[in-house]
Amino acid sequence: MSGAVPKIRVRGLKKAFGDKIVLDGVDLDVMPGTSMVVIGGSGTGKSVLLKCILGLIEPDEGSIEIDGADLLHMDGKAQTAARARIGMLFQNGALFDSIPVWENVSFALLAQRRVARAGAREKAGEVLGQVGLSPSVGDLSPSELSGGMQKRVGLARAIAAQPEILFFDEPTTGLDPIMGAVIDGLIVDCVKKLGSTAVAITHDMASASRIGDRAAMLHRGKIIWSGPADKLLDSGNDVVDQFTHGRREGPIQMELRR
Amino acid sequence: MTAPLDWLAALGAGAIRVCRIVGSIVLFALSGLSHIVRPPFYGRLFGRAMMEIGYYSLPVVALTALFTGMVLALQSSTGLSRFSAETAMPTLVVLSITRELGPVLAGLMVAGRVGAAMAAEIGTMRVTDQIDALTTLSTAPMKYLVAPRLLAGIVALPLLVVVADILGVFGGFFVATAKLGFNPSTYIATTLSNMQTQDVVSGLVKAGVFGFLIALMGCYHGYNSRGGAQGVGAATTLAVVSASVLILAFDYFLSELFFVR
Ligand SMILES: Nc1ncnc2c1ncn2[C@@H]1O[C@H](COP(=O)(O)OP(=O)(O)O)[C@@H](O)[C@H]1O
Ligand SMILES: [Mg+2]
Repeated sequence: MSGAVPKIRVRGLKKAFGDKIVLDGVDLDVMPGTSMVVIGGSGTGKSVLLKCILGLIEPDEGSIEIDGADLLHMDGKAQTAARARIGMLFQNGALFDSIPVWENVSFALLAQRRVARAGAREKAGEVLGQVGLSPSVGDLSPSELSGGMQKRVGLARAIAAQPEILFFDEPTTGLDPIMGAVIDGLIVDCVKKLGSTAVAITHDMASASRIGDRAAMLHRGKIIWSGPADKLLDSGNDVVDQFTHGRREGPIQMELRR
Repeated sequence: MTAPLDWLAALGAGAIRVCRIVGSIVLFALSGLSHIVRPPFYGRLFGRAMMEIGYYSLPVVALTALFTGMVLALQSSTGLSRFSAETAMPTLVVLSITRELGPVLAGLMVAGRVGAAMAAEIGTMRVTDQIDALTTLSTAPMKYLVAPRLLAGIVALPLLVVVADILGVFGGFFVATAKLGFNPSTYIATTLSNMQTQDVVSGLVKAGVFGFLIALMGCYHGYNSRGGAQGVGAATTLAVVSASVLILAFDYFLSELFFVR
């Protein structure tokens, strides 16, 4: 890692909603072309962290750099351009249900005027193929799809503009284990094919080890551990151990009782 | 001893809250309006909003106007006959409809129909992260969701009110001639000679303002809704109630502006 500039560098990121402190000085580095898995309990602010980087939530303090450029101190246009390089798969898919699947998939390309409306449908069919769906799915409405298909369409929408950075917010939550493995496989393929840098949030240890090169645990507003993803199950950190092994007793339980 | 001060503090806190809400609505409105005039333009979304606000509201607005004109003729003939002033009835009907009842009733009906639907649609998009998703897909939500609806509100309501004016006057004409023994050609002649451009135009301007208010309230409350289905429900109610109250309040001030010298 000597001298290399991280693709994403977060320093001292703080965010509170009212008097509830959610992020309390988060530091995170993600190197180019690698996948980072962020784990942590429900409500610890994992989604808030991604939304801060995406500019959907304004952080109170701290810095966010992409390729060494400080996102929070750029002018609006540069910020928009920087963030257009990030693709996001939302926790519940967040597909637009007023337009058909194909328009969802080619949405960013249409918005950035990289395809004409006439060619968008065909392009969407191509991208749907990459996530293992037939192009005819493009004519359906998102509400007609099963949960697993919605995730795939969400993935297709996120990768369609070939972003340099991909975020996945709990990509396998709510899916059966087989579908979860399928989605993980698609994610790994897409990230590899695009050469993208990825950050994935998950609760699922199997998923974490499949997707991640490195892993980090968010707890009480801070990153308390980070290391290689395959070390998750023996990290030597009490909190991480309890979480990854799903033990009822441990440091986290103590806090819940307090 | 501190009771009066508590009261004052509560009053102050309330005033600050009202100012903050009004301020955020005004900023929201200005941002939405500025996106109407800056490209890219979403013509298809504008068309969809026009259908939703204008076309699909036609039946309910038409029926409202028709029956209002009818009951207006019926009731005013009773009142006017006490002063032997029945001949003033066509004038009364056309002035009431074009100046007041057309725009206000159309506005209230559309507020109920469309304001609620807008708040529910945009609110659902908010709580399911679809609005955040728009941003990550290089699309400004204010431009994509809000601007087309605001513009459609401003354009569609006056068109609806033209229809409402015609049907309202026709309702009065129908009751007056079929039931109250008015001569049809005299009725029409009186109506036309006493209807002034200003009456109709002021009503249409009002309608444009009401259309804007309806769309603004629907978008604002939907856009700022929080917390799942319950939040969306609350946004829907707020959108309809606030749009209705604003329509009546603005109706008073616009009438003051147009007709009081
Ligand atoms: N827009 C918001 N307004 C207020 N509180 C929020 C908002 N977004 C998230 N929170 C709060 O921040 C905390 C972390 O949320 P989140 O990041 O969604 O958790 P998770 O780690 O499960 O993804 C939660 O307690 C949530 O209630
Ligand atoms: Mg989350």
